[in-house]
Amino acid sequence: MDVYLPIANLSVNGIIIVGLGALTGILSGMFGVGGGFLTTPLMIFYGIPPTVAAASAASQVTGASVSGVFAHAKRGNVDYLMGSVMVFGGIVGTGLGALLFNLLARLGQIDTVINILYVVMLGSIGGLMAKESIQAIRAERSGVPIAAKKRRHHPMVASLPMRWRFYRSGLYISPLAPLLLGIFTGILTMLMGIGGGFILVPAMLYILGMSANVVVGTSLWQILFTTIATTMMHSMTTHAVDIVLASLLLLGSVTGAQLGAQFAQKASPVKLRLILALIVLLVAARMALGLGYRPDEIYTVAPL
Amino acid sequence: MRGAVTSVLAVLVWVVLCAARDPILVPEVSQHEVALQQGFTGTELLLFGAILTPEGSRAAQDYDIVIVLKGPTQSIVLREKQKVAGIWINADSTELRSAPSYYAIASTRPIKDIVDDKTAAIYELGLKWLQLSPIGAIDPKEQTRFANGLVDLNRRIGLYREEEGGVKVSEQVLYQARIGLPSRVPIGTYTAETFAISKGRVVASASSQVEVRKLGLERAVATFAEDYGFAYGLLAVFVSVGMGWLAGRLFAMR
Repeated sequence: MDVYLPIANLSVNGIIIVGLGALTGILSGMFGVGGGFLTTPLMIFYGIPPTVAAASAASQVTGASVSGVFAHAKRGNVDYLMGSVMVFGGIVGTGLGALLFNLLARLGQIDTVINILYVVMLGSIGGLMAKESIQAIRAERSGVPIAAKKRRHHPMVASLPMRWRFYRSGLYISPLAPLLLGIFTGILTMLMGIGGGFILVPAMLYILGMSANVVVGTSLWQILFTTIATTMMHSMTTHAVDIVLASLLLLGSVTGAQLGAQFAQKASPVKLRLILALIVLLVAARMALGLGYRPDEIYTVAPL
Repeated sequence: MRGAVTSVLAVLVWVVLCAARDPILVPEVSQHEVALQQGFTGTELLLFGAILTPEGSRAAQDYDIVIVLKGPTQSIVLREKQKVAGIWINADSTELRSAPSYYAIASTRPIKDIVDDKTAAIYELGLKWLQLSPIGAIDPKEQTRFANGLVDLNRRIGLYREEEGGVKVSEQVLYQARIGLPSRVPIGTYTAETFAISKGRVVASASSQVEVRKLGLERAVATFAEDYGFAYGLLAVFVSVGMGWLAGRLFAMR
């Protein structure tokens, strides 16, 4: 089934794109991450221009996170105050990201920066997750529980001025910490076309020290609004959101997300995290290889 | 059609006045409009026509026919990756003021057997002779390297084509060539130029135009995205939130 994409200016096989969406949707439903980290590189690999891929992936993440937000909100698992501070930071971040995007595009270094960001972010977070889940699996087998962490959150968070009470998260910390986290993920969302879930979740757990039960719900809340802001920002600056491409991806991913959520209820969470860590590391390794090997295309064309 | 007749007549009059022995070319294209819309996966244009002597009979001698189909020219930045500190990054670039967005050439025989280099360069016959107009002073060696890079890139994605032997002449009067357009063909006005060449000299040439444009929904989407970014963004957000919500509801019902 050939579909002509009006913004990307080329024709693609619609079934492949829907399948790609479904694959990332399943991941997102299973692990509570947006899956953008997989969609964008795969679309680029398929031949869709990088800017269009990153811009359209954001709206796919929006769709995949909507039903998750509803489900978590119903169970009271969203810290709205914390989430809103991060959303505010996220919107500021997408604005900064748009400036950076334009600057890097003009310098002709945007693709390299996106690639390096992928390798560094995915590599470090995938490594951390893999280490943690292996430790957890070992502890489960030997029956010796992992020693509890000594401190709640990172000392840098405690040193920030001004403190607010975040009841649902069980925290009394400076709002600057979630704000900065929001800005950081906003920039990454704009540059990499990802939701940022795989960065937010560990950061909320280990840097902010939020209660585990509100982490996923709040991160989905932040992702929902940050990706909406990203879609708006791309529509107004790069004009690269391809609504036909996004709809195809969404078709796959919203269905996949539901299926993934059902799988997730049956599987062991520790093993799920190990699998996710391995997938993340695999993508990082593939991108690292791409940087070092001679690329297929030495020359690239951009309008003057 | 009337314009074509008038121009053919004008050519005839001119030919008679000059009393030259140059042939007359009557070119035509299978379609003057290519619509980019759902289902478009690329297409093939048939460029054909007749070559006649001034008297109107079939051309007695053998001519070589060369057909060039050219898309609108663009100003581009062409970047080149090099290995720097172990990774491949864009390390060098050049600015070209007139790179054709599409270029296809078809000929009865290899170009180098038909004309000499000078003539080929004047008429831009062949990918080797594209006039890209680089901006700023660039040494010829570097210019050639970039030009080769651009040609190679566009050849592989089907935007630049060279088909030696692609033009068939039958009965010394009718010629035809098929030229493919890929799905990623850029929009704009294309010119199809036909050259009749004899003994290394271009003795007649004629051109016609092909319009490549988006139509229907695709045109509407592209214009909407370009002119009303904010509303387009809202629509994209609405679609994605709506689809996510709908899927959640559908699955919850089961």
